[in-house]
Amino acid sequence: MRKVVVVQTFGYWGRRAAHMALVVIGIATINFFLLQLAPGDAVTVLAGEAGAATPEYLAALRQQFGLDQALPVQFAKYIGNILTFDLGHSFRHGMSVWRLIADRIPATFLLMGVSIGFAALIGSAFGVIAARYAGRAADTAISTLALLFYATPVFWIGLMLVVVFSVWLDWLPVGGMMKIEAGYTGFDHVMDVARHLVLPAVTLGLFFLAIYTRLMRAAMLEVYGQDFVRTAVAKGVRPHRVVLRHVLRNALLPGITMLGMQIGSILGGAVLVETVFSWPGLGRLAFEALFQRDLNLLLGILLCSSVIVVIVNLAVDLLYAWLDPRIELG
Amino acid sequence: MASIDASLAPASSRPKQPGFLLRLLSRPSALTGLLLLGLILMAAVAAPGLYPDDPLDMVAQPFLWPGADAAYPFGTDMLGRDIASGLFHGARISLLIGVVATVVSIVIGVGIGAGAGYYGGRIDAVLMRVTELFQTIPPFLFALAIVAILQPSIPSIVGAIGITAWPSLARLVRAEVLKLRHSDMVQASIALGGSDLRIIVLHILPNVLAPVIVTASVMVATAILTESSLAFLGLGDPNVVSWGGMVGAGREVLRTDWYVASIPGLAIVLAVLALNLLGDGLNDALNPRQRQR
Repeated sequence: MRKVVVVQTFGYWGRRAAHMALVVIGIATINFFLLQLAPGDAVTVLAGEAGAATPEYLAALRQQFGLDQALPVQFAKYIGNILTFDLGHSFRHGMSVWRLIADRIPATFLLMGVSIGFAALIGSAFGVIAARYAGRAADTAISTLALLFYATPVFWIGLMLVVVFSVWLDWLPVGGMMKIEAGYTGFDHVMDVARHLVLPAVTLGLFFLAIYTRLMRAAMLEVYGQDFVRTAVAKGVRPHRVVLRHVLRNALLPGITMLGMQIGSILGGAVLVETVFSWPGLGRLAFEALFQRDLNLLLGILLCSSVIVVIVNLAVDLLYAWLDPRIELG
Repeated sequence: MASIDASLAPASSRPKQPGFLLRLLSRPSALTGLLLLGLILMAAVAAPGLYPDDPLDMVAQPFLWPGADAAYPFGTDMLGRDIASGLFHGARISLLIGVVATVVSIVIGVGIGAGAGYYGGRIDAVLMRVTELFQTIPPFLFALAIVAILQPSIPSIVGAIGITAWPSLARLVRAEVLKLRHSDMVQASIALGGSDLRIIVLHILPNVLAPVIVTASVMVATAILTESSLAFLGLGDPNVVSWGGMVGAGREVLRTDWYVASIPGLAIVLAVLALNLLGDGLNDALNPRQRQR
């Protein structure tokens, strides 16, 4: 019995690893052809505008990518580099792309984590309220608000929040992650980062708050009608307990699925939010790369973001199987 | 042949014209969406007549606040450009890019989805792998990389949005085609010797139309959002005015003249809201049975 489980788990992880490798190779392929599409020699593209790079650097790049060789050889070399986690060198930053990305990832994770938490918490609460009062004023108000958030561009919400909360009210900082000149340590440092985090996290969260509100409302309405909920109500379980223990638990699963589906757009939203608030994360790095035409860095970020999507979806699968024992990893 | 097909087609799956339109117009959300969309369309059509000059030209003194001069109802920006003119001309660009990019997405998504669902087997496996791959890459970052590499222009923006937005549509179409693949209607056409292309185009696709239309209106909304986001980051076509680009320009003077960034943003909200409302309304009207959501 145990052996079977082990074999199954191994098969599962083997498949996931193969899937991950396939995704990386696929994206590397897309990146390679994108670079071929760029106007001009790939090396000058990689190095940024011509003239900014030294001839030695260009020669090193040509050698690294084997650009004096046939296209298939170039392609093999490119894939080989990426499979050995060599994403190349950023001339602009004078650092390896890998190092740059690793430096920026924690800030992005902090921003995304807090945003998702905010969106899931408030969105679920809104959804529960809307479903409890389905068809009445509270429901209409919440649903309209969700629709508005859903339609509003993330970057514009960010700018408007800055106008209100930073410029007019002067409650929160305009941007950045911390007040560097203050040199806070310990608890003060945490509070300082938290203050800087409020506006970007709310901005990024509002769009997903709308999604979670709609999702939770639909899920609640669906579960409400089921027999076990009716049984719970019939045997006299108090209303808020029915919501928490019976309905919310079952509505959690679609919420988690949604996270896996939306993680790619959360990363896209992070580019905009980090640009608006100068948040020093991966998205801001992407914007800088774009601005400086550091395409190698930009494509490295694209690859890493896709890997993040794959990893999050893996985590979602595992979480799903853990929350609902009826589901087996397959 | 034609008469056989007509009698075999499930009557309920095709929207009946008068009933459908009435159902659509009777929903307040769909009606609001249609009205808003009509307004934006009118703005797009009227733009060259009302504002024949290039909206990127300086026409008045800079930083004229909205309402300060009746000739410029929405004021002017830091370069003395008429914001109202930018809004009207921007509507053309947003709708153009939104619609054309969605058409590109539909062609790719329906092609891949129908091919995968109809042929099944190895073709399905390969096409779905490709779809999964495209679904894994964060769409906005992908579009951003494509536009950055190709240089911003209307064709590159349309292409980038079109190429990144199709995977969910392909999955939807595949699922619908799978349902129809073994229906009596399709089996009969195969027995009658219809070619694959004929069966897909004449018998399967018309029955997939309803969900595709619903998805398409939301896709146009998403495409408009993506276009404005790209333009906000400086990846708009430099030769045309774009709502997102106007917000991006207004960002520089946010502290003192916040209206420069606010007004074009509201235009984006209205356009996206209109299309989402329309999508919701279409969904309700086309699938009256799945209404409870």
